[in-house]
Amino acid sequence: MSLKRRDFLKLSTAAACLGVTSTAHGMEDFKGWPDRYGMLTDTTLCIGANCRRCEEACKKTNKRSLEGLNLSDNSVFDHQRRTDPNSYTVVNRFANREDPENPIYVKKQCMHCNEPACASACLVRAFTKTPEGPVLYNKDVCIGCRYCMLACPFRMPTYDYFDAFSPEVRKCTMCHDRIIEGKIPACADVCPKEAITFGKRSDLILLAREKIRHDPDRYQQHIYGEEEVGGTSWLYLAGTDFTNIGFANNLGSTPYPEFTRGFLSAVPIVLTVWPVMLTGFWKFSKARERQEAGPETDTTVDDEKGWGDGYRHE
Amino acid sequence: MATVMNKDSWVTEKLLLGMSLPDYLRSLLTPFNFIIAAILAVGIPITWIRFTQGIGAISNLSDNNPWGLWIGVDVLSGVALAAGGFTMGTAVYLFGMKKYKPIVRPAILTGFLGYFFVVIGLCYDLGRPWRLPYPMFVSYGVTSVMFLVGWHVATYLTVQFFEFCPALFEWLGWKNWRKWSVRITIGATIFGVILSTLHQSALGALFLMAGAKLHPLWYSPFIPVFFFISAICAGMTMVIFESTLSHRIFGDQVSHADHKRLDDITLGLGQGASALLFTYFCLKWIGVAHDNNWHYLSTEMGNWFLLEVFGFVLAPSLLMFWASRRQSPGMVRVGATWAILGIIFNRVIVSMIALNWDQVDRYIPHWMEFGVTITVITIGVLTFRFIVNRMPILRKHPAYVDDDH
Repeated sequence: MSLKRRDFLKLSTAAACLGVTSTAHGMEDFKGWPDRYGMLTDTTLCIGANCRRCEEACKKTNKRSLEGLNLSDNSVFDHQRRTDPNSYTVVNRFANREDPENPIYVKKQCMHCNEPACASACLVRAFTKTPEGPVLYNKDVCIGCRYCMLACPFRMPTYDYFDAFSPEVRKCTMCHDRIIEGKIPACADVCPKEAITFGKRSDLILLAREKIRHDPDRYQQHIYGEEEVGGTSWLYLAGTDFTNIGFANNLGSTPYPEFTRGFLSAVPIVLTVWPVMLTGFWKFSKARERQEAGPETDTTVDDEKGWGDGYRHE
Repeated sequence: MATVMNKDSWVTEKLLLGMSLPDYLRSLLTPFNFIIAAILAVGIPITWIRFTQGIGAISNLSDNNPWGLWIGVDVLSGVALAAGGFTMGTAVYLFGMKKYKPIVRPAILTGFLGYFFVVIGLCYDLGRPWRLPYPMFVSYGVTSVMFLVGWHVATYLTVQFFEFCPALFEWLGWKNWRKWSVRITIGATIFGVILSTLHQSALGALFLMAGAKLHPLWYSPFIPVFFFISAICAGMTMVIFESTLSHRIFGDQVSHADHKRLDDITLGLGQGASALLFTYFCLKWIGVAHDNNWHYLSTEMGNWFLLEVFGFVLAPSLLMFWASRRQSPGMVRVGATWAILGIIFNRVIVSMIALNWDQVDRYIPHWMEFGVTITVITIGVLTFRFIVNRMPILRKHPAYVDDDH
């Protein structure tokens, strides 16, 4: 992200200086780390009830408290849950319009965007989009402004609101440490239904398309996360419209960092042009003042003393 | 022993307003101070809970609603209302509008303290406030609008301190320091305008990232412009409000001629604020037209929008216009107060009411969040009073009566 923006700024400055329109480089898109990994959740396979083993595995691998976790307690599905500082992933139940007997279960967690809103929003660069795909958080620089949480289109980051001394933003890491070790993320590893597939994102998209092509009655013609907010590492397949199972359809396909790019590009312009313009206003009002005062006053003498002195005597 | 006595007299003269310590303490026993003591008696324990048990212990902030009253009122409204310093500095020092010179010092003090207490308020909201200097010295998130806000608020706070220095040095009697602090006025003013332009609009630009969360009637590519223009309105009307109160409360510091002059100044500011508010009113409609959001006006959120732009932008604008035409400073003051409420209302809508408008889990501030906000404002008012009572803010320092700074 930062590379991109720096390039953009360099280019625009160069173009402005030379008076040429140089777009060759500026039009070049960063399509993301080529071999990054992703996850594909097939919501038609998730069984949810009496399972939630992904939640348990997630808590264990992230050293979260297992207190109160009862996998056979299906009353947790009675209301919609969200991620919290102790649960980096949650499974929710949705009514199935096509087949009321079989409700739909959807696992949610950080989507690991290709161009993460959180990373571009963070004022201390606490988030990194790793070449492997996961978006990681660095607790050592975070000041706790929670702008990442406001920016995240999926509302996934959570915060330690009850920790006064070392609160952290908490979210799924896509088990980056396990990926580095050559293992697959804990949730995908434990899923008894193979509803979660780990692999290269490009392969997962091909796999998802293949599944849709193979069984068009089972699946919607939509891979959620392929295009949303510029693409996410986590992808979803569903048998019903995604809005029925808690996915927003108003996010668009523009990567979130694009929304502030225009504003940030104007910053150097203001920094350069304003000082000259404002000094001009000041000189103008000085000149008018001198004219009004007539030639017999000492304002000219004052002005010769230099910058910032003339206004002291009127 | 002589030095000790000198010290005593310095304390007596500079800090105790010329009274002995027992006399000074007795002079503090006023009804106003009892109210303040009551506020602090609640605010200090809340502060203790916040910094020992966490943000969650005193607030309704949550994972769904990470920003609330402290961002909406203390920060967004606070920064907008503190725009008076740069607005009046520009008018007087850069545009040469000398009529407004008597209110520059109080405006700059209001601005400086405004920003200072925005930062104090922010310390409650930040998870790790002791890391406040990190964006400056440790890790640079240059793609972030928040990075710009952080840098600019810090820099501008410093600039405003320099702008406040002439009064401070006059009070301390440091003649040479005072001379130098006056010389940098133009430079500081220009720098202050640049910083203000950028961070006032940046506070709006923060919400460009909340496209799917902020209602379309408020989410607009023009939101940085809305925030900037309304901040200038807020600055001007706040100067009217603050100078009115100051002349009432600190009336003994102000001469009869100054009271007369204030009416004239108020009429002029009212005219300017009225014109600018009307411009803001038009801009809001350009925002609606630009995104073709007309159909939202008939919805529930549309009612909020209409209430805001007619009830809290157009109405105070027209009132101030009418009042300045009728030469009625009193009505200008009513209009200015109304406009101030309108701008706070706008920031509250953007950061709380229109944000997450379609969600089930809505945010309503905890009473202790109000407690924090009121406490911070109270300490700000106390500091303002402490300074005005001691330093040449409203009155002129006897040594510099003829100096027009």
